[in-house]
Formats: sequence, structure tokens, C-alpha cells
Amino acid sequence: MTNTKKPLLNDAFVVIIFAAAILAMPIWLDPIGGNYPDLLQKFAIYGIFAIGFNILFGLTGYLSFGHAAFLGVGSYAAVWSFKLLTMNVLPAVVFGVLFAGILAAIIGFLSLRRTGIYFSILTLAFAQMSYNLAYSVLTPITNGETGLQLARSDPRILDSLFSDGSVGAGLPSTDLFGETMSGYPGFYFCAVLLIICFYISLRIFRSPFGLMLKGIKSNQNRMKYTGLNTRPYMLTAFIISGMYAGLAGSLLAVTDPLAGAERMQWTASGEVVLMTILGGAGTLVGPMLGAGLIKYFENIFSSFDDNVLTQAFSFLPDSVVEFVVPVVGLFVGSGWHLTLGLLFMIIVIFLPGGLVEGFRRIVNYFRSGGKTKPQSVEAHNQAGE
Amino acid sequence: MGDLVLHLENINKSFGGLSALSDVNLHVEEGTTHAIIGPNGAGKSTLLNVCIGRLKPDTGAVTFGGEVLTGKQPHEIAQLGVARVFQTPEIFQEMTLIENVMIPALSHRDGAFRLNAAELLSRQGELRDEAEHILEDVGLKDMMRTEAGSLSRGDKRRLELGMCLILRPRLLLLDEPTAGMARHDTNQTIELLKKIKSRGMTKVIIEHDMHVVFSLADKVSVLARGQIIAGGDPQSVREDPKVKEAYLGGAN
Repeated sequence: MTNTKKPLLNDAFVVIIFAAAILAMPIWLDPIGGNYPDLLQKFAIYGIFAIGFNILFGLTGYLSFGHAAFLGVGSYAAVWSFKLLTMNVLPAVVFGVLFAGILAAIIGFLSLRRTGIYFSILTLAFAQMSYNLAYSVLTPITNGETGLQLARSDPRILDSLFSDGSVGAGLPSTDLFGETMSGYPGFYFCAVLLIICFYISLRIFRSPFGLMLKGIKSNQNRMKYTGLNTRPYMLTAFIISGMYAGLAGSLLAVTDPLAGAERMQWTASGEVVLMTILGGAGTLVGPMLGAGLIKYFENIFSSFDDNVLTQAFSFLPDSVVEFVVPVVGLFVGSGWHLTLGLLFMIIVIFLPGGLVEGFRRIVNYFRSGGKTKPQSVEAHNQAGE
Repeated sequence: MGDLVLHLENINKSFGGLSALSDVNLHVEEGTTHAIIGPNGAGKSTLLNVCIGRLKPDTGAVTFGGEVLTGKQPHEIAQLGVARVFQTPEIFQEMTLIENVMIPALSHRDGAFRLNAAELLSRQGELRDEAEHILEDVGLKDMMRTEAGSLSRGDKRRLELGMCLILRPRLLLLDEPTAGMARHDTNQTIELLKKIKSRGMTKVIIEHDMHVVFSLADKVSVLARGQIIAGGDPQSVREDPKVKEAYLGGAN
């Protein structure tokens, strides 16, 4: 029975638990300070981004370093939909996904001619090109450094058809048939899409198509000599993951209707790589975990300052506190990147499968009743029979 | 015997200044097992690589069943019914045996590409039965949930053979299917290959081990320094003085 892989849970159960965990985030994140709409929205949005990235990287092993381009395009498309058509979020999301998909088809078609590091460099080059174009030639579309913003004078054709087109005092806000998409409603909108995205990703993992992608990662030669044309499989995976990124980008605009070129910078592409590897590339929930962890660090750890630390360590003698606070202070506040970097190194070195592998090891440890107690293993096996 | 089905005509291939194949002509009868033997470096593997599209010959053409294979993509050649077992097994190391066999099974059913993302793998009952059946044929069914990378070398070869058989190829190319195997495993592989002989597929087999060649081959061609120096039924090839010289004379 060694080497046997058995899924821990059945799929329907996985989706239900995932949905429950996501929808209940405001409750269970409250004690650890993560319960405010802004952060919750980011969890859901970057979760979508990472889950989509994982369909490409986790399944096929092709490491794209340019996924931020699709995130940016999704945002721009969504904001333009708000400006030209309507403040309703549904068209914005549809256009975000659509345009990101088109861009992914073009970039994918060109980049997938190469594999390995050359593929990564090509995608990086295309993304940086998009970033620089957004700042220069495409300024009429992107509004350059200022970023694309809403204005009271925007046409909003569809909205003006159904109402007198007058807006209140300030800028109009995004809505879903009357429900304003900021705060908690915004989070729940993103959360529902996240759950749908997770379900689609799970179906892809379990489909013949997903098996083909895993085959490409494992041995592309064998795929070819088996009679499979790997290029269209790769391109489809690339487009799907680009569309996920476009969806995430449009949701960023839904919750905060402006789009800037910095969203396309390579650091944003790198971030989603970190999220996926941190959580566990090629696993279903890993990318979501990684996205959550990084966004939590970025927003919570970075807000800790010396005052907070002094309070936290107030149970220690004063002289110790004076020593501990500056040292720990290096790792929080603006130094949160340092903590993240250390965590990333530890995980890559000791848990190449990411956090998910860590959990799996813990579960296996407890399933076998702890390696130090062989007797209980037998007892467990007997119980299993 | 059947018609000639595989033709290699005037194949030349050189790497830099080194001529690997020069003016090779080979014709294989349908449904037979054709062995290619020859000393190391004679160009045997290059010949197979030319057949499956891994290498392009400098001149000449390979045709199979009326289709020109030369210049086609590897996956197109495979879809025409040409499968190959490699010298170093090309399998999906990180995947389970059943997954290893399911991929070619899907390729056989769906062709070179089909966007079957909405289906569930667990609902492919028929295909799965077929895959399990093939694994049973090659004697690996007990281990179907094992990761392929943990198999022994002999088992990896048998798995790869299974992956080729589920494609129901019309032409099966085998590159030293028993190299590095213990005698017992070699005999098992011979039995397996004999068993599939009845399925009517054409086989081209490269082999060092004369025991294997004479157990399986209907025809033998001898390749030395990139040229076919002898050919015919196994008995006459064995007694051909040129063959003896090629194998033994090189040392003199």
C-alpha cells in the first residue's frame, strides 16, 4: 500500500468547505484583525488571480512572468465599461475577461513557441512592453501616469438610457442592479466569483484536459509521440489563466474604479508567482492560501509599528523589551517583506510543495498516529479494515 | 505474407561531417516483425528517429501505408498509427500508471487535440476499463495507482509498451526493448511481444540480444556504419559472412 495516492476528501465536499470558508471569512478573520472589507476583497481577488495562474503554472509547469499584463488589461476594460456603458459591474467583468482573453491569446501564441526560461522571459518582455505602452503611446486609453478614472461627464450610454443620466453630488459608484459594490457587498460579489472560479479550476484539474496538461508538465516528448498536439493544449491553458487574471483585474476596478499602469509592472507578475509557490503550485487550494497569506502580511504585518510591539511584549521586563522591540521591528512594519522573504525561503527549501504539502505531512503524521508509535499504526490499519 | 507497408528510400543523414545513415533502403512487410541489428554506432536509433519525425533526413523519404512521413510533425506521424518504445523509457514519471495509460487512450479516442475540459475523468468508465486491461496485459495492473517513476527499469519499459499498445498502432517501433533487463524479464518481454504479434501490427525492432532477435523476428536487416549490409530471414543472415565480419571483424 505504499506509494498509493488517495484523495483526502471528495470533490463536492472540497467545494462546499471552500465556499463556507470563503463566505465566513468576515467571522474567522475577525480575531486576527483581517476583517475589513478592503482586505477581504483583496483576498478574494488575488485568490482568483492565483488560482488562474496555477492552471497554467501548476498544471503545465510553464512559468509565466507576465500575468500582470492581463490583470491590468482587465482593470482598464472594466473602467472603460463604467465610463462608456454603465456603472453596473456585470458588463465590466465580462469585458475585463474578454479583453484579457484576447491579449492572452496573442501573447500566448507568440510565447509558447519556446519553453522553460525562454518562455518566462518572453512573457516578462510582453508584460513590460504593455506596461511601458500604457505609460507612453497608449496614454489616450490609459490616461498615463494619472491612471484611468471616472468622471462626472462620462457618457455611460446604458445608464442614461434607463434614467435621466443625472448623477448625485460626487462620482457615481459601481453597482450590481442597485446594490453598491463597495464594502461587504463588494466582498461577497468577489467571493461568489472566487467560489465559481475555484469550482471551474477543480473541474479542469479533474478533466481529461487537465490530465493532458499534467502530461505536458511531466514529459512533453512522450505527449508528442503519443499523437497529441501540445501547442493548442498549452494555448488554451494560457488563455484560461489570462482570463482569470482579467477577471481579477476587473474586480479590482469594481471595488475601486480606477486603473493604473503600475498594476502591470513585473513586481505584480512576481507576486502571483510567489503566492502560487508559497501555497503549493499544482494543488487546488494552495494558490488561495498563498494569496491570502501574502495579502495578510502586506496589510497586517506592515501596519505593526514599535508602539504595537511594545504593547505586545509588555509582559516582559523593560530592559528586555528595549532589546526585543527593535529586533522584531525589523520584520514588521515596512520590513514585512523581510519576513515574507524568509518565509518563502523556508518553504521552498523545506516544503517544495508549499503550505499544502506542509498540511499533508501533518495529516499523514497524525493518520499514522505519529512515527514514534508503530503500535498505533497497526491499530489504525485494523480499524480501517 | 502481406504487402510492403513501410518504405525507407535512399535515406541519408549526417551530423556535421559524420555520416550516420548513407543510402539506406528498407522495406517492411505488413504484419511482420522486422529486426534491425548491428554493432554500436551503426545508426540504428537514428533510423528510428527518422521514422517518427524526431530527425529529418538530409535526403530520402519514409512512407508508411501510402502516407509520406518525412516532414510531418511527430504528433501527426503518431496519429497515423506509428508508435515507438524508446531506449530510455519515455513515460510520465510523476503520474500513476493508470494516468500514464489514460493519456494515450484519450489520444487514440479524441485525436491530436480536443478541448475536453467540461468532462470528468472519473466518468470515462469505458476508457478506464480499456486502460486497466492493457495494464493487465503488460502485467502491471496490481500497481496501477503507483507513481511511474518508482518502477524498476524493466517495468518502465513494459509500461511504455502498454502506452504504445493502447494506441492500437499499425506500426510499432521498438528500440532495444530488453536492454539492461535480467534474463527472466527478457523472457517475459519476449512472451509479451509474441502475444501481441497475433494482433497483426507491423513491428520494427532494434535489438542487441540475438536470443530476442531469433525468438521474434521474421526478417532481419543488418546495419553497419550507416549502411544495410545484409538482409533476409534470420537463419540466412546468421550465416552471412559479411555479418560475421561486421560484428567480429571490427576488432581486427
